Amino acid sequence: MDLNRLTHLQALEAESIEILREVAASFERPVMMYSIGKDSSVLLHLARKAFYPSKIPFPLLHVDTTFKFAEMIAFRDKTAEEYGFDLITHTNQDGVRDGINPFDHGSSRYTDIMKTAALRQALTAGQYDAAIGGARRDEEKSRAKERVFSHRNASHAWDPKNQRPELWRTFNTRLNPGESMRVFPISNWTELDVWTYIYSEQIPIVPLYFARPRPVVERSGTLIMVDDERLPLNPGETPREEVVRFRTLGCYPLTGAIRSDAADLPSIIMEMQASRTSEREGRLIDSDSVGSMEKKKQEGYF
Amino acid sequence: MSAVPATANNDLDLWLAQQTEKSLLRFLTCGSVDDGKSTLIGRLLYDSQLILDDQLASLKKESHNRTVGDEGIDFSLLVDGLVAEREQGITIDVAYRFFSTDKRKFIVADTPGHEQYTRNMATGASNAELALVLIDARKGVLTQTRRHSFILSLIGVKHVVLVVNKIDLVDYDQEVFDRIVADYRAFAAPLGFKTLAAVPVSALRGDNILRPSENTPWYDGDALVPYLETVDVAEDRTVQKFRFPVQWVNRPNLDFRGFSGTVASGAVKVGDEVLIASSRKPAVISRIVTMDGDLDRAIAGQAVTLVLDREVDISRGDVLTHPGETPDYSTQVQARIVWMNEEPAYPGRSYLLKIGAQTVPATITDLKFRTNVNTLEQTAATKIDLNEVATVTLATDKPIAFDPYAVNALTGGFILVDRISNATLGAGTIDFGLRRAQNLTYQSFDVNRTVRAQMKGQTPRILWFTGLSGSGKSSVANILEKRLTAEGKHAYILDGDNVRHGLNKDLGFTEAARVENIRRVAEVARLMADAGLIVLVSFISPFEKERRLAREIAGDIDFTEIYVDTPIEVCEARDPKGLYKRARAGEIKNFTGIDSPFEPPTNPELVLHGAEAEPLALADQLHGFLKL
Ligand SMILES: Nc1nc2c(ncn2[C@@H]2O[C@H](COP(=O)(O)OP(=O)(O)OP(=O)(O)O)[C@@H](O)[C@H]2O)c(=O)[nH]1
Ligand SMILES: [Mg+2]
Repeated sequence: MDLNRLTHLQALEAESIEILREVAASFERPVMMYSIGKDSSVLLHLARKAFYPSKIPFPLLHVDTTFKFAEMIAFRDKTAEEYGFDLITHTNQDGVRDGINPFDHGSSRYTDIMKTAALRQALTAGQYDAAIGGARRDEEKSRAKERVFSHRNASHAWDPKNQRPELWRTFNTRLNPGESMRVFPISNWTELDVWTYIYSEQIPIVPLYFARPRPVVERSGTLIMVDDERLPLNPGETPREEVVRFRTLGCYPLTGAIRSDAADLPSIIMEMQASRTSEREGRLIDSDSVGSMEKKKQEGYF
Repeated sequence: MSAVPATANNDLDLWLAQQTEKSLLRFLTCGSVDDGKSTLIGRLLYDSQLILDDQLASLKKESHNRTVGDEGIDFSLLVDGLVAEREQGITIDVAYRFFSTDKRKFIVADTPGHEQYTRNMATGASNAELALVLIDARKGVLTQTRRHSFILSLIGVKHVVLVVNKIDLVDYDQEVFDRIVADYRAFAAPLGFKTLAAVPVSALRGDNILRPSENTPWYDGDALVPYLETVDVAEDRTVQKFRFPVQWVNRPNLDFRGFSGTVASGAVKVGDEVLIASSRKPAVISRIVTMDGDLDRAIAGQAVTLVLDREVDISRGDVLTHPGETPDYSTQVQARIVWMNEEPAYPGRSYLLKIGAQTVPATITDLKFRTNVNTLEQTAATKIDLNEVATVTLATDKPIAFDPYAVNALTGGFILVDRISNATLGAGTIDFGLRRAQNLTYQSFDVNRTVRAQMKGQTPRILWFTGLSGSGKSSVANILEKRLTAEGKHAYILDGDNVRHGLNKDLGFTEAARVENIRRVAEVARLMADAGLIVLVSFISPFEKERRLAREIAGDIDFTEIYVDTPIEVCEARDPKGLYKRARAGEIKNFTGIDSPFEPPTNPELVLHGAEAEPLALADQLHGFLKL
């Protein structure tokens, strides 16, 4: 190996660490979004590296919609205990009171209330001036357009037509009262980079990413896992065991599984190489309409 | 399903190893509005089979009623991801896309052509190694093509591919291509690009993208992708001087105090002595800490935590360097600024300047000139408007550590931020420092010899060669000039012949004329040295009085008299220009050594014996003596 050159992954890692340190050094109350998915696992790993031997100097925030996979919640609590970071969880209590769920209220209304509004509540309550997220530019067209340090006005909204110029790695971290920043340290990683990094660094991830027999129902071509009894079954519908896994994790009623035999990281990476569909295909909320992600971001979603 | 066979692992490791070997090229597309930048990137993604089935399906639906190629797709939709962009059919902000081929990985920034969004183009350029400058074959080189090219050169993008697009719309005409390439090359010549290739393409139809097109048999260069796969843009940042901007002080407990940051350039080892750029205090690296274990050495690009052997006062923004290689540390710099805000920049206003991890208030104290992006002409200005580029003097409230941008982009580039709105107003690159921080006064800055010499990185001086005609003065001076130039110095030779043909062509060889000849040459030498040059004067200058006059005219400029002492017999035998022969024949009057005296210098700084060594050896001797 060339001693004077970093590998692609080493360079990506270093870039992300630099961004995380810039956040810690420049903001008064940063917070890191922890969604428990693979990107969050990478982000957490990078944050541990960035500040070692110090502890991560900001809390991790999980917005719990109450419909996350049970395995995700178990993984979250175990990870928090193992690494000893400061974990904050937030649920929109108004939504809970009104019994908001994806079945009766539709995916978009449910997401608005339990995810986007919940996030805004949590960020406002914590008076966080910077929220670090694990979004990547290769995920979606509007994310490909977003800055690493992405400015939000006092109502957490993104103005895509008027983003701050962002030159070199000289980030403008300054804010007016009430404004905040969303920061994306792994902007320049691809899905493949994330998986190869998880593999080479042996980063623990939620087992839902690995193929196992799981109870599913098939609805208009999408495999939904019956994670608990809250999922209403249609007349004549019975869950059946299939060997499936998830490429992306979210709320179980809104996340499609794929049929796959990939039960470990090497197989996942190989499978991904051969895949002809994007990871977001499994996310039911993004495909609602063209530009839906951009709209959500303008409303304060990540 | 069962456990994956062991070979899957091995295959994967092999495959990963291959991926690791691939180099990464970061490039951007730029050029005028509607030249087809986004279409080209969409085409690249499509052709490298990066568009997955679900994306393709929704793309086809959306392409309805738009300009499409044979595939039925408007490729720009792949990159123009914002609703407003799709509605207006233009790009507003940079899109970053990722793709790879068997040979290389690519990160591409697709930037907007619209003048209003020039700042977003600059954003995309700042992290790129190469630029695709697109041109619509029907339109040729436009103002925005020139503006973007100028910004590329300002930001230091060294490699350019001129992509002459929509070649399908000019019937694949070679003449059109050749004319555009010639136009562009003429404009770009002063911009200093290291490589400049040109490719005729149709982004919409796919000509010359992946492979040479049958429609352009006259074009024998590489298709675009094969060119991008092989073009060499490597720059080894580890051989540069060590720069470590401290980003964050790492203090988990009382027993550990480290300095976290990314090595901007160079490399550092445990045991190295380092200096803090601001205080010049020394310390020794005792540990290089990472979560994966301590390192012996850290190189450019690595994010590490340095631990020093002693307690020194270091905070965020400090820069660690090796002794003898410290960056500039100053409160005044000359810089070039691209202005990115609707509200113009005015001299006298205070902004926040961020360079590396340092943030300080700064004021434009002098607006030297604006550069016209069309002609590259420099014009006087009282303000800098949106999207304009100007050269300014900046004064900072506190000294900053930096390098000239041309030497190190990571320690020489800065942004300017509004002190009230906190908006990013502009970006700049430092040309050089104007004043060392030692004298922190705020007088307005004068351009003087020191400043000009600093720009050139040399001490101006006059080297005065005296000796008979044919003694070897000019040969030695020529060799020395070449050597100085090779070393990056700026030198100029004033030779009896070239001056007598122009400036002094009214002067003959009477004694009065000879004195006037020397006086004029000495004055010119002084002006040139004042401009920062090393001036080599190669004149017979036979009289002691004239040489003394030359020395007096030089004043406080370092003046070195070099006597090339070659016996007249030797000079006459060489007679390179046949002058001795003509003087002996009486055709030339007042010829030094024949019918006019040569007064050997009594106190020259150096005597070179022209009969005893070759000019090359003499030039060596002189170079050593001068300690340049
Ligand atoms: N015939 C032909 N049309 C092209 C070609 N390339 C692009 N176009 C068309 O030119 C128009 C503009 O293309 P874009 O890719 O949006 O141009 P752009 O340079 O990205 O524009 P901005 O980003 O807004 O500056 C579209 O209608 C394209 O279909 C080409 O090679 N041939
Ligand atoms: Mg475009």
